[in-house]
Amino acid sequence: MNTLLHTMGVAGASGLQVVLTGAGGLVLLGLMRKVRARLEGRVGAPILQPLRDVRKLMRKERLRPEFATWIFPLAPVILVATVGVAAVMTPLVTSRPALSSGADLFVVVYLLLLGSTIIALAGLDAGTAFGGMGSSRALTIGALAEPALLVTILALSISAHSSNFPVIIRATIVDPGVIISPARLFALAALLIVIVAECGRLPVDNPATHLELTMIHEAMILEYAGPDLALVTLGEAMRLALLLGVFVNLIVPWGIASSTSIAAIVLGMVVLCAKVATVACALSFAEVFMAKLRLFRLPELLAGAFVLALLGVVSGVVAK
Amino acid sequence: MSLLTAWRTVRGTRRVSETLRQNPDAVAGPSEIVGSLQLRHVDAGSCNGCELEITSAFGPVYDTERFGARLVASPRHADGLIVTGPVTHNMVGPLRKTLEATPRPCVVIALGDCARDCGVFRGGYGVIGAVEDVIDVDVTIPGCPPDPTIIIQALRGLTRR
Amino acid sequence: MTSGILLACGSLVSLTGALGGAALPRPWRVPVSATLIATACVVESVAAIDVLATGQTANWHSSQVLPLTGASLALTPLGAIFVVLVALVAVPAAIYWIGYAPHGMSARPTAGSFAVFITGLLIVPAAASVATFMFLWEMMALTSLALVLTDQGRREAARSAGVWYGVITHVGAAFILAAFLILAAHSGGQSFTALESHARALAPGVRATIFLLALVGFGSKAGVVPFHVWLPKAHPEAPSPVSALMSGAMVALGVYGIVLFGDVLLGGGPVWWWLIVLTLGAVSALFGSLHAANSTDLKKLLAYSTTDNIGLVLLALGASGLFSATGHARLGALSLVAALVLLVNHAMFKGALFLAAGSVQVATGTRDLDELGGLLRRMPQTGALFLVAAASICAMPPLNGFVGEWLLFQSLLHGVNLGNTAGDIAIPVAVAALALTAGLTIVAFVKATGVGFLGRPRSPGAEVALEVPLSMRMSTGLLVTMCVVAGVAPMVILPAVERAVRAALPGVGSAPLVHGVRLQLVSVRGVLAPTVLAVSLVVAVAVVVFARRALARRRVVRVTEVWGCGRELVTARMQYTATSFAEPVQRVFDDVLRPVRDIDVSHVAESRYVIESMSYRSHVNDQIENALYLPVIRAIRRWGQFARRLQPGSVHRYLAYGLVALVVTLVVVAVLG
Repeated sequence: MNTLLHTMGVAGASGLQVVLTGAGGLVLLGLMRKVRARLEGRVGAPILQPLRDVRKLMRKERLRPEFATWIFPLAPVILVATVGVAAVMTPLVTSRPALSSGADLFVVVYLLLLGSTIIALAGLDAGTAFGGMGSSRALTIGALAEPALLVTILALSISAHSSNFPVIIRATIVDPGVIISPARLFALAALLIVIVAECGRLPVDNPATHLELTMIHEAMILEYAGPDLALVTLGEAMRLALLLGVFVNLIVPWGIASSTSIAAIVLGMVVLCAKVATVACALSFAEVFMAKLRLFRLPELLAGAFVLALLGVVSGVVAK
Repeated sequence: MSLLTAWRTVRGTRRVSETLRQNPDAVAGPSEIVGSLQLRHVDAGSCNGCELEITSAFGPVYDTERFGARLVASPRHADGLIVTGPVTHNMVGPLRKTLEATPRPCVVIALGDCARDCGVFRGGYGVIGAVEDVIDVDVTIPGCPPDPTIIIQALRGLTRR
Repeated sequence: MTSGILLACGSLVSLTGALGGAALPRPWRVPVSATLIATACVVESVAAIDVLATGQTANWHSSQVLPLTGASLALTPLGAIFVVLVALVAVPAAIYWIGYAPHGMSARPTAGSFAVFITGLLIVPAAASVATFMFLWEMMALTSLALVLTDQGRREAARSAGVWYGVITHVGAAFILAAFLILAAHSGGQSFTALESHARALAPGVRATIFLLALVGFGSKAGVVPFHVWLPKAHPEAPSPVSALMSGAMVALGVYGIVLFGDVLLGGGPVWWWLIVLTLGAVSALFGSLHAANSTDLKKLLAYSTTDNIGLVLLALGASGLFSATGHARLGALSLVAALVLLVNHAMFKGALFLAAGSVQVATGTRDLDELGGLLRRMPQTGALFLVAAASICAMPPLNGFVGEWLLFQSLLHGVNLGNTAGDIAIPVAVAALALTAGLTIVAFVKATGVGFLGRPRSPGAEVALEVPLSMRMSTGLLVTMCVVAGVAPMVILPAVERAVRAALPGVGSAPLVHGVRLQLVSVRGVLAPTVLAVSLVVAVAVVVFARRALARRRVVRVTEVWGCGRELVTARMQYTATSFAEPVQRVFDDVLRPVRDIDVSHVAESRYVIESMSYRSHVNDQIENALYLPVIRAIRRWGQFARRLQPGSVHRYLAYGLVALVVTLVVVAVLG
């Protein structure tokens, strides 16, 4: 009976994590747009606007370009599915989510990579010039961000002796001093740059651009309409929410539920929302003052992230 | 930019958007776009005067985005087309293709006197006709160019916000 | 005991297949030969699996087979893994051959060489004496050379590829022979047991020389930078089943040789050996993936990708030796497990990719990605199989490539912070190399799949492509199924790999991995649940599809024209090509790649200001070939030109040479004697 309740609690908390990343991710997008608008002197769209947009998209017609294959409708599904599975196993609301035994940071990174790779493939599926352009640029940026990302995981795993994510979070809660260690700080700085690159925020990519030649991530999805576009929007919002959730839980892990009681889970949810909203607002605030970097300046930015991650590893080793 | 400069900039930026209080009359349109309307602008041969008004309508002073409308780059992402200008010979095909590429339900808004009835360009050698001579039009916004407040009234009527 | 006899019988069966292939008339040649080859592979695998299950070495000796030295085979668990690996690729390759043969692989010499090649591949891991090993190695090399030259009558590129391959493989064989001879000279015998027992007593300088000679020799066979230059030339020119075997199985035997010398015969070595292996691995991985991302020839892309994967295997090997040399035997065993898993995975997905690429070449008549496109609609099964195999090589969960990468990452991860400075510097660099390689591999294979199979056909050949015969599809499907199974349930191959590792590294003790439904690393913390991951992904996909269907108001999907900004005509020429897809990568790595660009402008006769036509050519050459090999070739040519002056054709001059040589010899003998 006890194990059944525990299992239900774990399943419930993980399900809550998925719902939170989904709906919460869309609200997060709205929040970031609102912060930006207010700073620019405008009123801006309501915070819940992305939810309305997705609801409307679900009611629209489904389109398929004439030369597209079965990959075209499958790609948004895989994007949302992979981010969903990653959201189930990442410690966001609870520090013991479902599937936590296999919840390696490496697994989460590769799940997200699977989603973005299949969307890049779908960009080539329609047979347009913009799709190919978006895919090629997005994959190049992804390839250059990979070293920074994996060396960051290395830096984060040194102190906990494991790359299992719940283990790292629990170790951080037990020993808070590790948060201000140089290894962790360097690693988090590198992680922030990589998150900005992966989610297509300024200064890597302008999510609000209308000029196709300046697009990176949006160029891949120019052919999607209706429910497919809704899934793509949802998937990208979920990815942003998930990565920001990972980031905040590595800096400020308190508030995360360590038991399966309802009170702890509700508290974890509230605290997570507060933490992620704060980071998102800070990110949006910084974006107002930034311009998009030239495409061929991005390798320098990502190389900088790599050097930061490497410094994280070195300080982690030296500190022992 | 230093933190101090950033703080000063933030403090110095007041809200510039005008408050538009009157509730607009509902415009007949598809129910799906209530609350959320994404528009793709097509210039079928205009003098760009209407484009300046559209830019102003979506800019900080009039800020149409707060009513749920937004401009998008691809017609596949759009729920409607804003067409400006009389339709010229070269733009007949592209206009029809843009409409075909937009998923249903779709709203076509003819903006400006030229889009409504060719305006001052009626009879010109490059002009085929008004927008309704080429594709079906759902909403017409008169004016040469129409004031941004009138544009917003029409869009608010569609989004019912 | 019986396993030993099975080994010998298997080789006999495949040699009969060779005879049949060479002797039978055309309609019977390929099916009979292929069936015999497949049977031989199955027999050998049975022997190998028996060795892996019991842990006992299978022996066979005969003094009649090879004159003067006799042939002896001893299949250890380490060798058994390689036999199974070869069989895993050889059986599909043989089945594929049945459908592929009418396209240039049904001549008698080719049919005979194919079977002998596979025999060599199967038995090399079982060789237990220097003579047996070198005989089989040469047999393998010569037959593969003959197979690479199959098309040499029709294509100049095949001839040039054959020359490069022949020279490099024989220079490599010379290095291997030198290593063996030095070791045998000091051991007083040529059987591997004798070599092993005497190796530990040798001086460190001698051991180092032997290891380096073996590393160069086997490294050239494995396609390690800087000895890899034959790979991108020979693999595309060979017929497709041969390419699959060369890339999947033969390069694995190069790695077998390095493990044989490093771990088994010499019994491990100092740290600097393994740092060299690790560095070579990292450089190969980066170089291979970079060139794969920039190749527009489908098979050349796959060949460079082989260099990339072997680089990763060498990375794991170097880490393994490093950890064992610094006293962390368990971690060293884990790294070796990762290396072998990567190798087995590589055999599966690279074999599948080459077979699918061969199908594409047969159906469209071209290998150039810039001329393909739209093949997923015209060849749905081959396309889908290529897609899954490409996903495996990009290490996408839940397929087999992901499991291998995870194991490699875990072993590197736990190798930091062990108090060993060399390791602490090398491991983060290794992780960075692994990561960049992974990213570039994704670029390369999205390019290959997206430009080759998706979109619209870019040439008449691609427009009329039809699906290939069933045997070709089935064999590719077999390999892809193995990829999926090895990814979702890696516990089918892991016990065998662990047994092999324990045989290679005797000081390890208990297993570094425990498996039920999950992979749990013993002695370090790391868990992976591949089956659970696969199941949850499938469930998630099903949920999302169901939700989309339920929540969407309109069910009918409207097929529309592609959106080209309203342009009247949107043609296939407006799509991205392979060259354009790789252009950002090429620009970022400009200094390493140094592409050659040629722009030709021709003006109208009347005026310099009006241009009649313009042509643009861009080519990425292999910089290592330019820097290391071309100077050597030029020097040899110059020496050759000089030497021609010594042979003017005059008989008087030659008689004078003879007289002078005689006088000099007499003077020398008189002075010294």
